[in-house]
Amino acid sequence: MSATTMTARSAPRARLEITLAVAGRVLLQLRRDHRTMAMLLVLPCLLMTLLWWMFDDSSSMVFDSIGPALLALFPFIIMFLVTSVTTLRERSSGTLERLLAMPMGKLDFLGGYALAFGLVAAVQSVLAVALSVGLLGMDVRGPVWLLTLVAVADAVLGSALGLFVSAFAQTEFQAVQFMPALVIPQILLCGLFIPREDLPPFLEAVSSLLPLSYAVDAMQTLTQTADTSDVWVDVLIVACFAVGGLALGAATLRRRTA
Amino acid sequence: MMNNAVEVDDLFVVRGHREVLRHLSFTIPSGVVTGLLGPSGCGKSTLMRSLVGVQQLTSGSVKVFGEEAGSAPLRDRVGYVTQAASVYDDLTVAENLAFFARVLGVSRENVDRCIEDVDLRSHADQVVGNLSGGQRSRASLAVALLGEPDLLVLDEPTVGLDPVLRRDLWALFHRIAQGGAGVFVSSHVMDEAERCERLMLMREGEIIAHDSPEAIMDRTGTGNVEEAFLKIVETAA
Repeated sequence: MSATTMTARSAPRARLEITLAVAGRVLLQLRRDHRTMAMLLVLPCLLMTLLWWMFDDSSSMVFDSIGPALLALFPFIIMFLVTSVTTLRERSSGTLERLLAMPMGKLDFLGGYALAFGLVAAVQSVLAVALSVGLLGMDVRGPVWLLTLVAVADAVLGSALGLFVSAFAQTEFQAVQFMPALVIPQILLCGLFIPREDLPPFLEAVSSLLPLSYAVDAMQTLTQTADTSDVWVDVLIVACFAVGGLALGAATLRRRTA
Repeated sequence: MMNNAVEVDDLFVVRGHREVLRHLSFTIPSGVVTGLLGPSGCGKSTLMRSLVGVQQLTSGSVKVFGEEAGSAPLRDRVGYVTQAASVYDDLTVAENLAFFARVLGVSRENVDRCIEDVDLRSHADQVVGNLSGGQRSRASLAVALLGEPDLLVLDEPTVGLDPVLRRDLWALFHRIAQGGAGVFVSSHVMDEAERCERLMLMREGEIIAHDSPEAIMDRTGTGNVEEAFLKIVETAA
């Protein structure tokens, strides 16, 4: 029996099957956790509504300029947190060690996670974008579906980084604290508070190295113009960061440990 | 059939600044149950981790069925159960097994058979997090049985189980060994020694005896394995 299963194992179809198995299992776990599921889907909508309400009396310009940036931020932050905690759990419960001792490639594992969280992020973004554009009157010049695509790319980026940092945390407590360390500087420098070109030159250079800057840039371009060529460049850069993050994450998945 | 499942040559493992395994050389045959007995902290788990290839070795070699431990061709031939139950707490027993079966590429019938083997039929649809410690470790054992492995490495699988169940599990280990697989089981409870065909006694990173339980007791002139263990340690001192 070993001989036949082994040949099947290395085939691409079997690898895809493993990726789908991981994704399905992650989604099943999420479905079990009603509270997390509700928070994932409802929270971004509530926060967008809060933002809209804050500027209800003043000009709607503020909501139109900050809102899209927040649509890029939510999936990034939330997926960063969710992934770093779930993979840390997977590391500490021994299930990761068990999976790595099975015929499972690291990329199958990471791909499964990226797929599952990418799907959740897509649903989350569709809800938040539909609410913002449909009910709260956010003004978007570019195609609305592209707004969702940027949000999904952000979510995968957040997942990739969360996966990477989970290797450096021993407890869930530590994992959560990587959020302010890695995410808040990006929020400060991404052009949300002050246009990036108005930053001191050194910080402007730093912000050009941070993925969130491109995500926010893409969102802002989408609201301002119908021309999408710049947006695609930004999406591509975010995607590259996400792939880089997944590669770094793969490097931290070790079969042999001390 | 006494083919060697495992061949260990001069295995040396240092963790931190402690020599956990001190130049071990031994073989484990297929077709029998080999017990690894020793007190907590003597290096049993590190030895088992080395056999499945998740432990960084300082020097020496571990070969399983002629291949380097942990290498790709072995990954669907070796079943491994750690002391901590490596299953997902938020899934049911059946869901856990179905997931690992998909990863291993084995059929659904295997899932039902393994749940039956570890006597969890009546708990199959319960979330693992709500089960007792013994039930959780049996769920973890069931996962290791899924791929019908040629070598089964079990780190203290019977801790905290009720005697009837413990007897049933040992019977299962022997059935698996009779099917031709190598079964390597650790325990810190000496009275489990007599259930094994072969025995390795371990203390402070060294193997102090490796033979059948009867031969070990004969040689030391003792009536049970615990006394034999003491005798060997005292003569060496």
